[in-house]
Amino acid sequence: MRKARTGWLLLAPSLIILFLVGILPFIYVLYVGFFDWNLFSASREMNWTGINNYRTLVFDELFLDALGVTIAFTAVAVISQLVIGFLLAQLLLRDFPGKAIFRTIHTVPLMIAPLAIGAIWRLLTIPGFGPVPFVLDNWFGFDYNIGTSATHAFVTIVLMDIWHWTPFVTLTMLAGLSSLPLEPREAALVDGANRWQIFRFITLPLMRPVVLTVLFIRIMDALRTVDEINMLTNGGGPGTATRTIGIHIFRVVFPQTDYGYGSAMSLLTLYFTIVACWLLFVSLTNVRRTAGS
Amino acid sequence: MKITTGKVLSYGFTYLCWIVVTIITILPVWWMFVISARSRVELFDNPTLFIETFHIENYTGVINDPTFREYMWNSIIISTSNALLVTVLALLATYALSRYKLVGSDNIFFTTLTQRMAPPAAFLLPLYLMFTQVFSFGEGRGRWDLYDTHIGLILLYCIFNLPFAIWLLKGMIDGIPPELDEAAYVDGASTLVVLWRIILPLAAPGLAVTLILSWVFAWNEYLLAATLTAFDARTITTGLAEFVTVTGTNWGEMAAVAMLTLIPSLIVVAFAQRYIVRGLTFGAVKD
Repeated sequence: MRKARTGWLLLAPSLIILFLVGILPFIYVLYVGFFDWNLFSASREMNWTGINNYRTLVFDELFLDALGVTIAFTAVAVISQLVIGFLLAQLLLRDFPGKAIFRTIHTVPLMIAPLAIGAIWRLLTIPGFGPVPFVLDNWFGFDYNIGTSATHAFVTIVLMDIWHWTPFVTLTMLAGLSSLPLEPREAALVDGANRWQIFRFITLPLMRPVVLTVLFIRIMDALRTVDEINMLTNGGGPGTATRTIGIHIFRVVFPQTDYGYGSAMSLLTLYFTIVACWLLFVSLTNVRRTAGS
Repeated sequence: MKITTGKVLSYGFTYLCWIVVTIITILPVWWMFVISARSRVELFDNPTLFIETFHIENYTGVINDPTFREYMWNSIIISTSNALLVTVLALLATYALSRYKLVGSDNIFFTTLTQRMAPPAAFLLPLYLMFTQVFSFGEGRGRWDLYDTHIGLILLYCIFNLPFAIWLLKGMIDGIPPELDEAAYVDGASTLVVLWRIILPLAAPGLAVTLILSWVFAWNEYLLAATLTAFDARTITTGLAEFVTVTGTNWGEMAAVAMLTLIPSLIVVAFAQRYIVRGLTFGAVKD
């Protein structure tokens, strides 16, 4: 058995960097969060305020609004992606000529910079010369304007996320589906099960670990979304209709240079995320364990 | 093979669905390309999907712009350095996590995951304060801090790329039989020699995927770059965003910049498409 010391030595550079840029800043803002420290206020000094920042935070309507938008966006987008992606994966399961090309093109949105995706969708939906409002207006007489209608804007950011991330679900599900064992399915066919029964009682339970992995990654990523929504709706407009937590911090809290309050909000956001990550991860590993045994 | 009506119908349905999906995927990108080929005057013509005259000035104007060139160079320098750094560090770290029994290594592994999953927006203010207030030396004009430097961005992209690389490589290194390195150790090889001679060649495809995907993630990153740089280290994505905030956006040039931004992505899809799924699920789902 080799010495643990060598192992720690190999691990050290990564841990040091992750500590310096990933953990140390939060230890620092844990400290800053207890102070009143605003570069725009009369005194630019740090003044101790205890938990006042956190007390303001839980009643901050803008923050709670942003939290609501983030959760609604995540829920609608991820569920749609899961359903569409699963259906598309079924369609890719068997071999047909041209499958590789369809697959490759389907992968494209995954690698595009989120900001560029925001730009693409902005050009599609921009009132004036975007084809989407043009077609909806001229063909269907539907007045579509993401600059003024909160509903239209919200639907558009969800559609954009579906466009962006459904390929991820499709390809992961496909990988999962094609590695499923064939025997249970064949046995069920012999016993006279129909398609729905096979799907419900065989495919779905066997796919559970893969579905949960996808769900975990998608939820965590959707909660982080900033770039494309910020670009598409120009900072979460109209009003606060599409302003997620990330955009709120980026566009509103950060420029205010209210460092004490911003620190508290950053910390709380990170805390929510870690708890969500941990809960999802634990349930995922439990399911994986039961599925494996 | 016997051809039945049912078969024709079901294949027809599959093709129909995929053609629709492919069109939905391509059209938005194509539309941006169309815009990038239009002059300001043509912009407000009725939408058509065809390019009649290619207004190359959108591209040449951007490429000949010294500011934009600098942004592009910054992006290339930062992404490449970060990808190389991350791949080397992750190889060492993953080897340690895979082969040594280290107390608390499971916790370390999970902590790296939360760092990858943490919202970047929560990092903005902490990192900004860190870069301007804590990692700084000297006063007045001789003052140096991490804010607006290449090295600053290279280090902080490790927040999401390093955990990603460790998770992706873990499965691949676990898959290399430990007996191989044991045999080399018996022959008197040192840890670094084992890594170089045995692990590196066997993990080469995985390392290449790690390198490429880390590069793309660094290239695509916007939020941290926008907040933690001002002039000297701005990247191509911040350049793209700047196009919109300026009053009277030149949409044609903006589309041209966006097209230039997504060229690397298209190349990656063309060459590494097989590994993208495995990469994005951190090796949890094998393709």
